[in-house]
Amino acid sequence: RSFWKGSLASASSVSTTWTELREGLGKLTLLCDANTDGSFLVHHFLSFYLKANCKVCFVALIQSFSHYNIVGQKLGVSLTVARECGQLVFLEGLKSSVDVFFRAQAEPHPLQFLREANAENLQPLYEFVREALKPVDDGEAAWRCPVLLVDDLSVLLSLGMGAVAVLDFIHYCRATVCWERKGNIVALVHDSGDTEDEENNILLNGLSHQSHLILRAEGLATGFCRDVHGQLRILWRTPSQPTTQRDQSLTYQYKIQDKSVSFFAKGMSPAVL
Amino acid sequence: MAAVATCGTGAGSTGSVVAAGSKNHVTSFQRRGPRASGSDSSYSRLVSIAGTRPSVRNGQLLVSTGLPALDQLLGGGLAVGTVLLIEEDKYNIYSSLLFKYFLAEGIINGHTLLVASAKEDPADILQELPAPLLDDNFKKDFDEEACNHKTAESNIKMKIAWRYQLLPKMEQAGPVSSSRFGHYYDASKKMPQELIEASKWHGFFFPEKSSSTLNIEPCSLTHGYIKLLQFIQNIIYEEGFDGSNPQKKQKNILRIGIQNLGSPLWGDDICCTENGNSHSLTKFLYVLRGLLRTSLSACMITMPTHLIQNKAIISRVTNLSDTVVGLESFIGSERETNPLYKDYHGLIHIRQIPRLNNLIYDVSDVKDLAFKLKRKLFTIEWVQDNYLRQERNIYPPGFSYLLKQKDSAWGEGSLQHSTFLMSFLAKATAFASRLVRHSEPLEQTGSGRALQAAGPRLWRDGRRQEAPGLLVTPP
Repeated sequence: RSFWKGSLASASSVSTTWTELREGLGKLTLLCDANTDGSFLVHHFLSFYLKANCKVCFVALIQSFSHYNIVGQKLGVSLTVARECGQLVFLEGLKSSVDVFFRAQAEPHPLQFLREANAENLQPLYEFVREALKPVDDGEAAWRCPVLLVDDLSVLLSLGMGAVAVLDFIHYCRATVCWERKGNIVALVHDSGDTEDEENNILLNGLSHQSHLILRAEGLATGFCRDVHGQLRILWRTPSQPTTQRDQSLTYQYKIQDKSVSFFAKGMSPAVL
Repeated sequence: MAAVATCGTGAGSTGSVVAAGSKNHVTSFQRRGPRASGSDSSYSRLVSIAGTRPSVRNGQLLVSTGLPALDQLLGGGLAVGTVLLIEEDKYNIYSSLLFKYFLAEGIINGHTLLVASAKEDPADILQELPAPLLDDNFKKDFDEEACNHKTAESNIKMKIAWRYQLLPKMEQAGPVSSSRFGHYYDASKKMPQELIEASKWHGFFFPEKSSSTLNIEPCSLTHGYIKLLQFIQNIIYEEGFDGSNPQKKQKNILRIGIQNLGSPLWGDDICCTENGNSHSLTKFLYVLRGLLRTSLSACMITMPTHLIQNKAIISRVTNLSDTVVGLESFIGSERETNPLYKDYHGLIHIRQIPRLNNLIYDVSDVKDLAFKLKRKLFTIEWVQDNYLRQERNIYPPGFSYLLKQKDSAWGEGSLQHSTFLMSFLAKATAFASRLVRHSEPLEQTGSGRALQAAGPRLWRDGRRQEAPGLLVTPP
């Protein structure tokens, strides 16, 4: 049973999008949400890459491990198993923050900047990612391409890092994960909308400029609706082969269900038809 | 009974604590039901904690906020391990009432309290807690209130509002027993002294703690926040709320209440400066949330968001909290004199519902909520009910006749009231009959257009535009 259900037209084009994403290596995907919650996309990519046998490094800053694990189980993957067999490297930000904050001066930690008065860069975090996705040579478990997943980058801004530092972090990760190791990066950033969060806008624009694919979840402009939870824009920024369809962005409306998300063309919600 | 006031433990001991905690992998975030991991035993003990119940939606353990109507809006209650942020009303009248309900609920259920404030001494806050309405005396009080309500209600049994009678009531109040989940409180009486004395609580009064400025390593957090975090962490560890240090007797819940977080009294400057360089508050929230997630505790924070100059901070704070509820009182606002709101004291906005263990992001579909502090009870109601009542006064003279006629002609049906209104106007303008049959998206623009086409100045009195329920325009 597929995560992406929907009408025939949308389902086929969405699924080609996903195959490309799985095959097309070295891609940076930006997830973005405005006036809604885009975490369903993160859950999707997490289960998607775990099912595809990719080595995943998940920097989870906003929720606890058990939350991701329970949702993962609904989507058909077990994070505990994946973590035990080495497929998944999970950095739990909330728990680490407590460790870092109340710990005596000790060994470096990826989230060390939490403690420092004016930390300038995210080098420890980058090194953590690089170590996590380092190719292993023992050959017993050959995972496919490495994937870095971040939920979400906006939290780093709240924790005192500047937008430039976060962009630098992504730049480094891109060089390592995307170019050197031919892997993918998926990162979520909130669109703060009209709250004039300048740092966040710098980050969002900077990442939009670099990314190959932008998935933007938006709340409906008309407000809350029971049957349509929002719309998803899919924007390919680097068409692999120039076709007419690639240039334009695709927009679907979606409804999140217990274990899946159904997509339909605009105005074609089953509730309306 | 004195508050335990040990704070600022040696860094070495806290370090070892955390190490022990992380080895154990026990978090309060566990799903209900059989699991393979070693946390089953802790779960079976969780259910027996007084004043808690598991959530139907996500299996999280819930505690009551002390206001059953609010519990219902938040999906059954406040999940253990999460933060509830209350955006204060301008004069901090109603938000401090919610704060007290939250603490009083903890006392009734025998939970441990942790009260932090920079303004009032926690001991004084506890003295001001409202008295619970328990079984016998509550029934009488409640009937009394209900009676008043009934008479008012029966007078306005409207012909046109048949549809609204089917709607669920916001609040199912009934007689309670002391063991129940969630209680009502009588704001006019104070909590009996013996209950307060029997309770277990810890107070953090910032002016008391701030004097001991010792060797604190430079950190980006405001001094008060560091102290508070250390205090909370210390309590959580010493009393075994984090599961690493098993509690001797019955497991218990720690209720943390933090008053006026972010205000200048805490030594935070976000209310004074507009540049976005202050990350103290967001960092504090992040670490606090980390602490809560790994312990049996629930936290309510009230925050004067109207003081915060930089709006970007507010959205970040919202993202870092689990549940966010905004209070907007009518005191001093132009809405105070608006006849639409004459029965209410303010609006309550559910800004964020937590996302826990679910793909679905639950959004409450009732948006227009108002609160009212009755003689004893704090109630939350759906504004639209009242709106209809008011609408009769807004109608031009002679209109009620048409309304009645329309009602009888259509008989029973589930037409929206606005649709009905349009249908009347459509006759006058003879173009809107198709709008009646169309669904929601057309309503807003449609009715507006129809009103303009109909022309009479009667409709431009401004009140209609402010009606919260009917002509909803998203912010």
